[in-house]
Amino acid sequence: MSEMTSVDKEALISELLASINEHKYGPDIAHIEVHGNEVLGKNLVEGLEVESASIENGVEVSIRVKKGYTIKNPVHFCFGIIPDNGVQRIITTTVIEEGAHAQFMAHCTFPNAVNVQHIMQASIQLEKGASLSYFERHVHGPEGGVTIKPVTRVTIAEDARFSTEFELIKGAAGIIELDYEAECDKNATVDMLTRIFGRFGDRIHIREAANLKGDGAVGVLTSHIALKNSASAVIENEIVADGSYSRGHVDCKEIVQDQAVARAIPIVQVNNHLAHVTHEAAIGSVDSKQLETLLSRGLNEDEATELIIQGLLS
Amino acid sequence: MNLLETKNLTLVKDNRPLLNNLSLEIWEGHIHAIIGPNGAGKSTLANTIMGLSGYRDFSGDILFMGESIKGLSVDERARKGITLLFQEPARFEGLGVSQFILAGAAKKSTSLAEEALHKAGLAPERYLKRAVDKTLSGGERKRIELASIYAMKPRLVLMDEPDSGVDIDSVKFIFSVIKELRKEGSTVLLITHSPEVLKHADHAFLICAGTLVDKGEMARMFDYFNGKCVPCVHVGTPESEIQLKSLAAV
Repeated sequence: MSEMTSVDKEALISELLASINEHKYGPDIAHIEVHGNEVLGKNLVEGLEVESASIENGVEVSIRVKKGYTIKNPVHFCFGIIPDNGVQRIITTTVIEEGAHAQFMAHCTFPNAVNVQHIMQASIQLEKGASLSYFERHVHGPEGGVTIKPVTRVTIAEDARFSTEFELIKGAAGIIELDYEAECDKNATVDMLTRIFGRFGDRIHIREAANLKGDGAVGVLTSHIALKNSASAVIENEIVADGSYSRGHVDCKEIVQDQAVARAIPIVQVNNHLAHVTHEAAIGSVDSKQLETLLSRGLNEDEATELIIQGLLS
Repeated sequence: MNLLETKNLTLVKDNRPLLNNLSLEIWEGHIHAIIGPNGAGKSTLANTIMGLSGYRDFSGDILFMGESIKGLSVDERARKGITLLFQEPARFEGLGVSQFILAGAAKKSTSLAEEALHKAGLAPERYLKRAVDKTLSGGERKRIELASIYAMKPRLVLMDEPDSGVDIDSVKFIFSVIKELRKEGSTVLLITHSPEVLKHADHAFLICAGTLVDKGEMARMFDYFNGKCVPCVHVGTPESEIQLKSLAAV
């Protein structure tokens, strides 16, 4: 990529932010904008350290929230490619130090994608008593020419809390191969939620896994997927409970329309008689009770189905 | 004027006659009640009038404002002004209370959703931003469903056990919504066992084994149901034919 002027960078930042309906951030809000393999803009706040380096087809980002700090406002990350093709590799290493708290919002935008690959390798470490809420929203174009491969490994120390939410409901999903794995120490909590609307020929593969190693660890893995046209999805959610009094729940709901195909493979394994893990999965057409309730208010079947799906993915 | 008439309605499911030649008239602007023992066919009648799945294959006819609605789908019937308060309200993952209440309303305004919640005795500031999901109790969902019916302003409301799951202190809000609906011109058909709810009805139909046994002014019907009505032998039992014959002779 050729060297950009500051004017070019500003224009590209504006375009990236416009594609996710965001405006410029205030000085008290930390944010980082990455286009392709270039960090275009960055604003940090006290307690937050971010270092970045360009690599071939992407960037390496190291993030650290310092011990005892609470980052008041969500930290915004914007990753994207504006042209219709390209590859973006994001390698991140995040450490939330002891007793620190933060919320990250990652916006991944590929509004014109025809042939774009977005590959993310994330390593997240939460130290004792820390917390991180990580929200990742994808904005894709209508064609779905995007391949998304986020691989995330999380270690959650004693009394720490990690929650993540992956949302892709605008634009066509394309190909998604999401692989999240978390390991929880004593009294640690992990909460993973995926919300995806697959259309046309989208291919979605979700794997969320939690190992509740420590006593009293808690894990909840939730996938809410709606599929239409000829989209397909495979959801593999797995909880392994080792710790005494660890608790886990796997919840998968998929609404399938048209010729779409869905498969759910919940795996629960309990290696300690004092642990308890549950799972529920509901896959298929829209629930008839919900549908008839809305029909009896005068909505037609399409309107009622849309409202139910909107709720599921909200 | 008859808002709705059922004419010789007969519904058989799994070789069991659930409705048996049932004819009745619902007068516009009145509050009617369907009374009868468990399994008499009360909910079946409401589901058949609404046209729910599994309740569409019947003989006889249903007239609404003089026209047959037999061939109409649930939503077509609803758009004519018929709606149903379900005995067991559905849960909607993620669907906001406000969206749900306004789903069938002609005017989609937050003020209407707030007004409807007030009428159902629920504080809008506590409920408007919540979802109609498992975080709400069955009683709360029932009252939210009632609020959605209030917002819809239907011509005919079929209420299947409107007070079930609702705590005693909150039942008064059910009455208040029923009164409001009537004031605004809705006709109500109540299906309930609750004497408190039945007090609000003008007329009642007593049905047993899918057959209309008697009809008339509420107080008389209620006394009859509680005093003289003998326990029924329900359809599907060997004695049901004898029972149906004796009911027909009443």
